[in-house]
Amino acid sequence: MGADLTANGSHGAAAVPAGGDDHGHSDGHDHIHPAPSNFLSKYVFSHDHKIIGIQFLFSGLIFFVLGGLLAMAVRWQLAWPWKPVPILAKALWSHPALGYQMPPEDYNKLFTMHATIMIFFVVIPLLTGAFGNFLIPLMIGARDMAFPKLNMFSYWFMWPAFIIITYSFFVEGGSAEAGWTSYPPLSVFRWSTPGSLNGQTFWLLALLFAGISSLMGSINYITTIVMLRSPGMKMFRMPMTVWAMFITALLQAFALPVLTSALIMQLLDRTAGTNFFSPVGHTVANSPPVVGGGGPLLFQHLFWFYSHPAVYIMILPGMGIVSDVIATFSRKPLFGYKPMVLAIAGIAGLGFIVWGHHMFQSGMNPQLGATFMLSTMMIALPSAIKVFNWLGTMWGGRIQYTSAMLNAMAFVAMFIIGGLSGIFMAATPVDMHIHDTYFIVGHIHYVLFGGSTFAIFAGIYYWFPKMFGRMMNERLGLIHFFLTFIFFNGTFFLMHIIGMHGHPRRIADPTAYEFLRGAGVTGMNQFMTLSAFGLGLTQLIFAYNFLSSLVVGAEAGPNPWNANSLEWSTASPPPHYNFETLPRVYHAPYEFSVPGVEADFVPQTVPLPRNITLDPVMA
Amino acid sequence: MRYWSILFAVAAVFSVGAFVYAPFSADWWLPNVAGDPYHVVSTFGKEIDSLYFIILGITGVAFIGTQIVLVWVQYRYVDEIGPDGKPTRPAQYFHGSQRLEVVWTIIPAAILVFLALYQMDTWASIKLRSATPRVPVLAEITGRQFQWVIKYPGPDGKLNTADDLFTVSDLHFVKNQTALIQLKSSDVLHSFFLPQMRIKQDAVPGMTIPVWFDADTAGHYELVCAELCGWGHYKMRGHVTVHETEEEFQKWQADQLAEQNRSQLSMASESQGR
Repeated sequence: MGADLTANGSHGAAAVPAGGDDHGHSDGHDHIHPAPSNFLSKYVFSHDHKIIGIQFLFSGLIFFVLGGLLAMAVRWQLAWPWKPVPILAKALWSHPALGYQMPPEDYNKLFTMHATIMIFFVVIPLLTGAFGNFLIPLMIGARDMAFPKLNMFSYWFMWPAFIIITYSFFVEGGSAEAGWTSYPPLSVFRWSTPGSLNGQTFWLLALLFAGISSLMGSINYITTIVMLRSPGMKMFRMPMTVWAMFITALLQAFALPVLTSALIMQLLDRTAGTNFFSPVGHTVANSPPVVGGGGPLLFQHLFWFYSHPAVYIMILPGMGIVSDVIATFSRKPLFGYKPMVLAIAGIAGLGFIVWGHHMFQSGMNPQLGATFMLSTMMIALPSAIKVFNWLGTMWGGRIQYTSAMLNAMAFVAMFIIGGLSGIFMAATPVDMHIHDTYFIVGHIHYVLFGGSTFAIFAGIYYWFPKMFGRMMNERLGLIHFFLTFIFFNGTFFLMHIIGMHGHPRRIADPTAYEFLRGAGVTGMNQFMTLSAFGLGLTQLIFAYNFLSSLVVGAEAGPNPWNANSLEWSTASPPPHYNFETLPRVYHAPYEFSVPGVEADFVPQTVPLPRNITLDPVMA
Repeated sequence: MRYWSILFAVAAVFSVGAFVYAPFSADWWLPNVAGDPYHVVSTFGKEIDSLYFIILGITGVAFIGTQIVLVWVQYRYVDEIGPDGKPTRPAQYFHGSQRLEVVWTIIPAAILVFLALYQMDTWASIKLRSATPRVPVLAEITGRQFQWVIKYPGPDGKLNTADDLFTVSDLHFVKNQTALIQLKSSDVLHSFFLPQMRIKQDAVPGMTIPVWFDADTAGHYELVCAELCGWGHYKMRGHVTVHETEEEFQKWQADQLAEQNRSQLSMASESQGR
């Protein structure tokens, strides 16, 4: 740990001075602007990708707190329906006539906003916004993003979204409550449910701003990765994190316009009197009947055409992060580097032709269901390839149990559960029974919490030293991981069981149904809720560790983990414009434990020994 | 440090254990008749459950296999420092194996294609319009916030005539007869979910969707709304009664019709009196 790279001997000689003859695509970035000197241009309206990444990191973590608190309130109601929340009841639900209990429409708001915030304000901003911005230029050896000003705007366009979504809790009727999928007509007719008064409009506006931000980011990522790689950084020498971000950005760029159009159409339906999503003659809550019109299924097609790829937008960067972390802490080359890249590309490609599996029971032509079943089954394949390759990477390695590595291994273990439970939903007849039950809720949380969130933790533990120049406390990190892993499984695994028993999702009171009144379902709901509270409290350890390490963490040095990729060849935190001289790259970043090399790692800036020949198919 | 692998093993055992224990508790298992937890009452239910068990078996084997490998590598390949301060065992240096990649691509692909093709027939017989059974329509069911409005054809056997019978959230049909309904929605999306019969179909404004099912045991069941439909979504519950015989059903229908006519008459006389 803490090895100084210059001690490696050849490192200094390997660097190519900027402006040298063969610096490839990097022409545009040779003239180095002076570093910004005042506080506003340095930390607030910064053009620096590192600061923007850290801005996304802090914003995402703050919304993580809000999203988590909403989840705990949801869990409270499910375990003890209509029981006022102890201590907080009077502050939260001030209806003495109802005995301070949570009204059912507020329950709907809670889960709607929990999902919206977690997906659009936590997971996507953290994975693509925070890690994408911070890491991409550093990992490909660029001085900054291709469009630094656009990058700044991509963060500042999140602020209208942050403000609108937070304010929406306080508008007439309260926040949106039509679920994060926001299906019309419930979301369109103003009196169909309280949250459809004004909250839904705010919800649509917030998502539009968040979408614009994502689109700016993805254009920037694609251009940067294609144009600004340092000399020698071929596409197949990029770390998996960069590959994942690249393909994620392509997914965003192609899918997001479809969601944007769906959101604008719904906004017009709500405010301008159009009827894209309501059939002729339709009426809700004594509204005048619809003249001319479309159909509710149109929205579902448009929504899932984006939101199914969005599931991969939320997991692919995590897969990239985990690949890098696992290779580093197994001290072993990544097993099947090229198949891993192809698997990510395969997931992205297939991701566009599986959206219909959300609509098997929706009234969509059932003939289509058969087609979507086949394509959905096939998407399990690249995911399986990735899992086997991670296991292959660890096999024969020398595993170091750091907090980052444990979180990465938890990603693999939990992603297996999330992936396998997906097969049940892909099978159309089985989906008949488990669609819209807690089985789905369990599945999505294994993919998005067990997957994405463990990857986010792995990434934070791994790159914190690079971001802030200090180490996080390992002991606290291990305790945080241990408790998170236990409480996570306690919270989400039994959802598969109650879902199998038919427990519908999104119902404020399970005991309204006789078949859910048994001691088993009630007991499991209470067990899950207690675990969820444990999971929430455990994150305080992380928050304390994160914040205190910013101030008192041990000095990190440039390469605390003895890793190979380019970000570790510069100082921690990296200086303005990242690299003194643009690094020259000789190989992919996974050359660990190379025979005949004294150190167990060979940074990308150092050539491999002459006697090493790589398998062109696998590496 | 290698004992971190135990944590992962515990999680895997907990996951498998939950599914192993589930059949021993009626509340944990697939929803069935009270007091007869392993008896799926509908024809489709039996098919769907057997498909479910096939997938559970395949995914269970895949899950246990991958978790064993994961726990094993965590235990076996731990980083140990020897007395000389160096790792006791260097990591192996290899970049992958094309043969392995091919093997673990083809085997899962074959299994997944088999699963998809194997399910097609069941799906077709439950959902395709061309498979709609040629039986008289039992009822037209319209979802509205927050109840199921059910319209039965009266004694003339035709819907939308003067003798139609209306009930609210009260569905009746006869044992061992295929019940065919026409599903509609009058306001927002709802979803017609019969957990004990493993039937689910969204009710969509502007569409009329045929749904069919049966039950081999008379008794009382539940009808659930499975698509978020507003603040009262959670209580949009329907009662399902499966009658032992056709006569019993006819008698119930006749009683209901008489009741309906009485209340209509009294309403009419009230309005005349006003």
